[in-house]
Amino acid sequence: MDFGRISRRHLLQGSAALALGSTLGVRSAAAAETTVGFIYVGSRDDYGYNQAHAQGAAALKKLPGIKVVEEEKVPETDAVEKTIESMINLDGATLLFPTSFGYYNPHVVKMAGKFPKMHFEHCGGLWSDKDPKNAGSYFGYIDEAQYISGIVAGYSTKSGKLGFVAAKPIPQVLRNINAFTLGARLANPKATTQVIFTGDWSMPVKEAEATNSLIDQGVDVLTCHVDGPKTMVENAARRGAMVCGYHVNQSPLAPKAYLTGAEWNWEALYPKFVKMIVAGEAIPNFYRGGLKEEIVKVSPYGEMVSAEARKHADDVKAKFMSGEYTIFKGPIADNKGNTVIAGGTDRGQQDPELEKMDYLVEGVIGATA
Amino acid sequence: MADASLGLWTVPLAVFGGAIRVSTPFLFVSLGECITERSGRINLGLEGTLVMGAMSAYGISYLSGSPWLGVLAAGITGALFGALHAGICSLPRVNDIAVGIALMLLGTGLAFFLGKPLIEPTAARLPAIDFGWWSDVPQLRAALRINVLFLIGVAIAPLLYWAFKTTRWGLLIRTAGESADAARAMGHSVLLIRLRATMVGGFLAGIGGSFLSLFYPGSWNEGLSSGQGITAVALVIFARWDPMLCLWASLAFGGAAALGPALQSVGITSGYHLFNAAPYILTLAIMIITCSPKRTLTGAPAELSITR
Repeated sequence: MDFGRISRRHLLQGSAALALGSTLGVRSAAAAETTVGFIYVGSRDDYGYNQAHAQGAAALKKLPGIKVVEEEKVPETDAVEKTIESMINLDGATLLFPTSFGYYNPHVVKMAGKFPKMHFEHCGGLWSDKDPKNAGSYFGYIDEAQYISGIVAGYSTKSGKLGFVAAKPIPQVLRNINAFTLGARLANPKATTQVIFTGDWSMPVKEAEATNSLIDQGVDVLTCHVDGPKTMVENAARRGAMVCGYHVNQSPLAPKAYLTGAEWNWEALYPKFVKMIVAGEAIPNFYRGGLKEEIVKVSPYGEMVSAEARKHADDVKAKFMSGEYTIFKGPIADNKGNTVIAGGTDRGQQDPELEKMDYLVEGVIGATA
Repeated sequence: MADASLGLWTVPLAVFGGAIRVSTPFLFVSLGECITERSGRINLGLEGTLVMGAMSAYGISYLSGSPWLGVLAAGITGALFGALHAGICSLPRVNDIAVGIALMLLGTGLAFFLGKPLIEPTAARLPAIDFGWWSDVPQLRAALRINVLFLIGVAIAPLLYWAFKTTRWGLLIRTAGESADAARAMGHSVLLIRLRATMVGGFLAGIGGSFLSLFYPGSWNEGLSSGQGITAVALVIFARWDPMLCLWASLAFGGAAALGPALQSVGITSGYHLFNAAPYILTLAIMIITCSPKRTLTGAPAELSITR
């Protein structure tokens, strides 16, 4: 199937170029245009992870002199290498955004070595000194936004039970669950978060079942970390529970149940990246940031969020914006009673230890394995 | 809030609720496939039909505002796919299993292509009937919000059982499935019988798809089916081509799908991957226990390409 796709692409574009002749080709090459390639692992209108990136790509399309090419549903296999090659060779892309975690190693690293003049910006990977200099990894500390969601959820829950529908127990997911729970316990020290792992990034029936089971257990505020939160949001709202969104703003799906949510802000970051490249500046190979750096944002509060919750959440948000707040501040115990961050230790956002997280904090009901 | 939490009782309740919520697509696809296979053909393409049904139901419901029109559209789409399968298989020396796989890929691919603009909008959903009005346990009330399609599916199973056993149509389908020569000798066109049986099978599978997108989980996206159509086809073998057993098997699979999340929700977290795999382990176990190298499966139509 991969061969079919690539050869079709070659065939179509090759024959189109032949048919149009050289005049058009010369003209388009002469125009000073930068072509940017976006590669998504899923569908770009999934109300989730991929849509967030596609919104960033849409922001680039508005810039003069920028052409955007996109390909959806590219699996995390050598299929992505073929997509990258065809974007470079056929579409003339010079800047590429392979947006899924699993693309990075070995695929993006390999392609960056093969095309040293092209620029690769990968979302979520861990760039290290050994990797090619023309590759970079960027990611957002979305746990800051989850922390704010947690505060709002902690004020809004009546049962004190929060629910989290998660895909897999990997560090980024665990970090979100933990930040959400720590935020909620700021508002309600007795609050607990029940977590259910569905096993994969897109399992609509499992996600719906997980949502129903959580609500059956008395959970009244839910959030999630799966690729498409639509299923969780709609099913929770139907059962009368409240939700905090993820990836993008899902309030149009459930305007009465939507409290707030943790969103990516790629439409602010990507134009910034492109401007840096056009101006000849180097983008740091390891690029991270949170609310302050405008890489993540918090959805506008829903109607039912109380004034008290808004005030507390806004206060903490202001502290994040000024860079003086730490979520993972010791002492923090995991839900088995072990101390994971000792008292007096502040694990700031940039701390690489946090990217290796393998525990759930006290207050989370669930296990990582 | 002691009354809001049922503790461990939520597990059987979730399995019960899950059996009702999750089983409907399994039920429709397996009953449809049961009719098709009884006529002597295997249509493996029902996974594609299910996904096409889900997509077209969502699209029509979104455009027209009427979910029932969506269900009808899903059924018609399914019947057309069935006709395509039967039509191709009517040609000499065509393997029905290979055609089925091709149609499975065609159906899912076409549905993803046509369904692109449908991922974001929200379509009108099918209503549920509240059977839990007598109870004041909210969890039970939620589990008893049952969709009409489930009830129709449950009614079709005994109807089909009766029809296979006592009606002329049932007899004809069975004859075509057991001995094509006998059906021909009686003056019936085997190809026509199989065409009709495959179309009815596709119709039911399409309706099964409409349940996925219009009731539960209740929206269109590309991961919606995740193999439920193909599982349901296997379920028919598991149920020995008996519509009543298809019903029980579908309920068991629905309940098993709810087991993993329900156990995690009460704090039983170890080995959730194993619980998530429960339906498949169940299938494998029953297949291994009941198969024998000495005889063909009991109840298998003799004309099926896998038994011949």
